[in-house]
Amino acid sequence: MLPDELREALEKQIAHVDHPRELVVDAMLALQDHYGYLSDEAVEQTAAMLGMSALEVEELSTFYTFIYREPVGKYVIHVCDSLICWMDGFESIKNYLCQKLDIEVGGTSADGLFTLLPVCCIGYCDRAPAMLINRKVYGPLTPGKIDQILEKLRSEA
Amino acid sequence: METYPQILLENRKPDHINTLAEYEQNGGYEGLKATLQQHSESDIIQMIDESNLLGRGGAAFPTGFKLKTVATDAPLPRYIVCNADEMEPGTFKDRVLIHTNPHMMIEGIIIAGYSIKAEKGIIFIRPEYESGAKILERELKLAEKAGYLGKNILGSNYALEIVVHRSGGRYICGEVTAQLNALMGKRPNPMQPPPYPTEKGLWDLPTVLSNVETFAYMPHIIRHGPDWFKDLATTDTGAGTKIFCISGKVNQPGAYELPMGIRLSEIINEYAGGMLNGAEFKACLPGGASTGFLPKEHYNIEMDFESLKKVGNRLGTGAIMVFDQHTCLVDATLNLTEFFARESCGWCTPCREGLPYIRDLLARIENGDGEQDFIPILEDMGKQLWSAYCAYAPGAVAPLQSLLRHFREEVEAHIHQKACPFK
Repeated sequence: MLPDELREALEKQIAHVDHPRELVVDAMLALQDHYGYLSDEAVEQTAAMLGMSALEVEELSTFYTFIYREPVGKYVIHVCDSLICWMDGFESIKNYLCQKLDIEVGGTSADGLFTLLPVCCIGYCDRAPAMLINRKVYGPLTPGKIDQILEKLRSEA
Repeated sequence: METYPQILLENRKPDHINTLAEYEQNGGYEGLKATLQQHSESDIIQMIDESNLLGRGGAAFPTGFKLKTVATDAPLPRYIVCNADEMEPGTFKDRVLIHTNPHMMIEGIIIAGYSIKAEKGIIFIRPEYESGAKILERELKLAEKAGYLGKNILGSNYALEIVVHRSGGRYICGEVTAQLNALMGKRPNPMQPPPYPTEKGLWDLPTVLSNVETFAYMPHIIRHGPDWFKDLATTDTGAGTKIFCISGKVNQPGAYELPMGIRLSEIINEYAGGMLNGAEFKACLPGGASTGFLPKEHYNIEMDFESLKKVGNRLGTGAIMVFDQHTCLVDATLNLTEFFARESCGWCTPCREGLPYIRDLLARIENGDGEQDFIPILEDMGKQLWSAYCAYAPGAVAPLQSLLRHFREEVEAHIHQKACPFK
């Protein structure tokens, strides 16, 4: 069930636009924030609120990089594997993250805190190698910096 | 080092976002005042057209011409869309602009909106730029409070509302027609014109879509005139300045505003702090991932749209990615192709099927399992991708095609040695 507050906020937003479905990404992101990922229930709720079919929402949810249709950790790490980050050490950064979190790419750490996913160029080529955690950028990365970032996030969790 | 005029990045300071008051102190919103008080809609379009401002998102489409294609009797409401979906690898100028002076692009959107009588403005932004989206939302509110947005802008009859639209994140959303679908809550497949978006865009209504950097120039063109803008370039074929993003094997990667037409060698040696210690320039991608490798023989090329076109390349977004003698360009092309294969929207067969096929052949070559026969297959595949539905696929094979054209020996060395010579 969606909390009334969230539902009302979304409904207010929807009432304000000419075409409800133009808000589909906003709605998916909001429900994802609430549930932790875009669950089946969230897909149906998004569809119902926007007058779309669940299938239409599903088509979009699986299309976009930042919509997660499977459970993810509290912190989603998107590590950039495009050209400049790749030249500047993506492989070793990725391997270090895998080792530190004891997961493979695509996996979630045992404590449920971190999910590691690759992502295409995030537009921080002047700070390569870089990554995003919950859409906040970090870079240029070194193993030492990664230790600090992960520790800080663990302590805040 | 020569000091060139800074137009877009004039008041750039580290970690500082220019406030509305700071922007106003430096001539901000003067262009909009002049627009509303002194100029008709067609005057504005005429000035933009005469300035030769070419779209800075990569396609270099003439901005004035685009504005002209909105018919004066076209239906209302009309839309003005700012493309902040900066997803071309190597490119981060729009991010820098948003974080330096968000009101400049906002003013540009209002001026362009006025010229086509748009009532609705949208800034489409990628999810990786969430901090930028928040900045823009905050500053749009301040602009409205100051009377630059909303009803009766600066006492005129013109009204415009601008909203920020967050993307869910996919490269194809940067393509104009795919972005329109994304904005309408549909799967972001590209659409082939006609009808053109300026005739039937969002919800079948006239829509003009341009890049952040393109909009940011508009207030300056209105204030200082088209001839001033043209003269900023060092070449006759160029106009204005350009924000070049430099990354790779240089000492100071970053975004630098320099005259259109400046030589590549000057950008690298003077502004990017030269090549890294021990590194020699081997090649660069001059304008993002969907341009071709530019070999050393063009190290002194004048960086404008025409000069790059003359050598069979493109200026694209002006994102220069620099490679040195130790960079394996087969491996780099494999990385780029991997990117394109993953980001292909999958709508048409040549792109969806062709890119993974090319990636697999390149991976085999890179890993020492390549055969001489792969080269003509790759050449053929490169050609085939030009028959894909949209411009994404020809861009996606630009690195491959230039690799085979300029660095064939390097590809062949992989095949003959049955290993990557760089590892």
